[in-house]
Amino acid sequence: MLKILKYSFYDLMRSRWSYVYFLFYLLLGTVLLFLNNDLSKAIITLMNVIIVLVPLIGTIFGVMYYYNSKEFTELLLAQPLKRNAIFLGQYLGVSLSLTMSLVLGIGIPFILYGIFRSDSIWNFSLLLVTGTFLTFIFTALAFNISLSNENKIKGFGYAVLLWLFLAIIYDGIFLMSLLLFEDYPLDKLSLIGTMLNPIDLSRTLILLKLDISALLGYTGAVFKKFFGTNFGLIISILMLSLWVFIPMLRIIFKSKKKDF
Amino acid sequence: MITIQNLHKTFKKNSVLTGIDLTINSSGIYAILGPNGSGKTTLIKSILGMVVPTQGTIHIMGENIKNNWHYKKNVDYLPQIANFPNNLSVKELFKMIKDLRGNTQADQELIELFNLAPFLNKKLGNLSGGTKQKVNIVLTFMFNSPILILDEPTTGLDPISLIRLKELIRKEKTNEKTILITSHIMSFVEEISDEIVFLLEGKIYFRGSIAQLKSQTQQPNFEHAIASILKTSYA
Repeated sequence: MLKILKYSFYDLMRSRWSYVYFLFYLLLGTVLLFLNNDLSKAIITLMNVIIVLVPLIGTIFGVMYYYNSKEFTELLLAQPLKRNAIFLGQYLGVSLSLTMSLVLGIGIPFILYGIFRSDSIWNFSLLLVTGTFLTFIFTALAFNISLSNENKIKGFGYAVLLWLFLAIIYDGIFLMSLLLFEDYPLDKLSLIGTMLNPIDLSRTLILLKLDISALLGYTGAVFKKFFGTNFGLIISILMLSLWVFIPMLRIIFKSKKKDF
Repeated sequence: MITIQNLHKTFKKNSVLTGIDLTINSSGIYAILGPNGSGKTTLIKSILGMVVPTQGTIHIMGENIKNNWHYKKNVDYLPQIANFPNNLSVKELFKMIKDLRGNTQADQELIELFNLAPFLNKKLGNLSGGTKQKVNIVLTFMFNSPILILDEPTTGLDPISLIRLKELIRKEKTNEKTILITSHIMSFVEEISDEIVFLLEGKIYFRGSIAQLKSQTQQPNFEHAIASILKTSYA
């Protein structure tokens, strides 16, 4: 598996798109930090971009990589290799190269700005950790979708729909249901609702770390009570890990039975 | 070497293979023929473990291939469409496959044979179709496995490379290898194969030498003999 991972990673590291993605974050980070001069605000803006963009890029890249390397995958399948190793290797290769673009692209301007000397270092690390999680989650979901769909266009369609649902539509439904049932106690429900969507979970996690939960009103206080503690943080990280782990299991399961 | 028993494969509702029994015990060149959609590629992919059979068993060198991947070190496969990671160079691809399968020295000779030296440092994405096919051929022949499976090996090759490929296949035959070939180019099949296996609607319709086929169909010409099978089956 490590060999496949290594080659997928090298292949992607040389692709133009990895650089475009890297340069985009580099530019964004630099502009936000040096023109804004407020670390906390820069992190919030970055968070808003990352929370939406990272899942999108992870999904699109994952689907594209799978379909583009289909013939090559067939060549690999004829080699004495385990099927699991091939697909997990490719998946980890894609996720790692995307993560690297993200971490380097955002990390460099922040280091130049002097993040190590400020007390925002934890907020910043949390931003990178959630970005990494989101990359791994959405690439895994993209691999799942492409493994289940032979048709490229269909696969792309489902992938974009999935992103749209989790990034935008889910929030809409969530808010509507909160409005609809506002007469009932909703703390638990909203907490669970947030936990079930990795994008919402990441957003809440960062917002609360940034200590602006007052903006969120009463729910914010409930959230703060939960996410602000170590217990909440651990549960959240566990949830995000589950979001990586379950799709990965399905990749293994699905690839075992698939015909090529 | 290859034993296939009662092999069935159904894709959703489409039955492609409906009971194939095939035993190949000796070395030689076997051509798998059949009209489009007769199940040639599915048969080959089942042998390679890329397609999971609905029913039936396959043994390669005595090993049952179900949930097994070790046996593939005895099989070299030339896929029909060659497509490689675009950002790797030819040299890196060779290095990678050697890294995955074990080292070999045979690639140098093959690179010379197919004049690939000028392309070694080029990226795979920039190669022409024929050159990619040559790279593909080198990848297949550089490991000295006892079983070779070639799916449409002549695609995109220029005449010189075609001659070299034929020489290469004959040379491998003298090395006591079992070679399975599919091709739609009848002259190539006639020239090179020892025995043919003709698939029709998911079953083996005929197996034997070309001479036997000609006498059975009472046609003097190989191409016509094949056509006459198809005509009687379509009628």
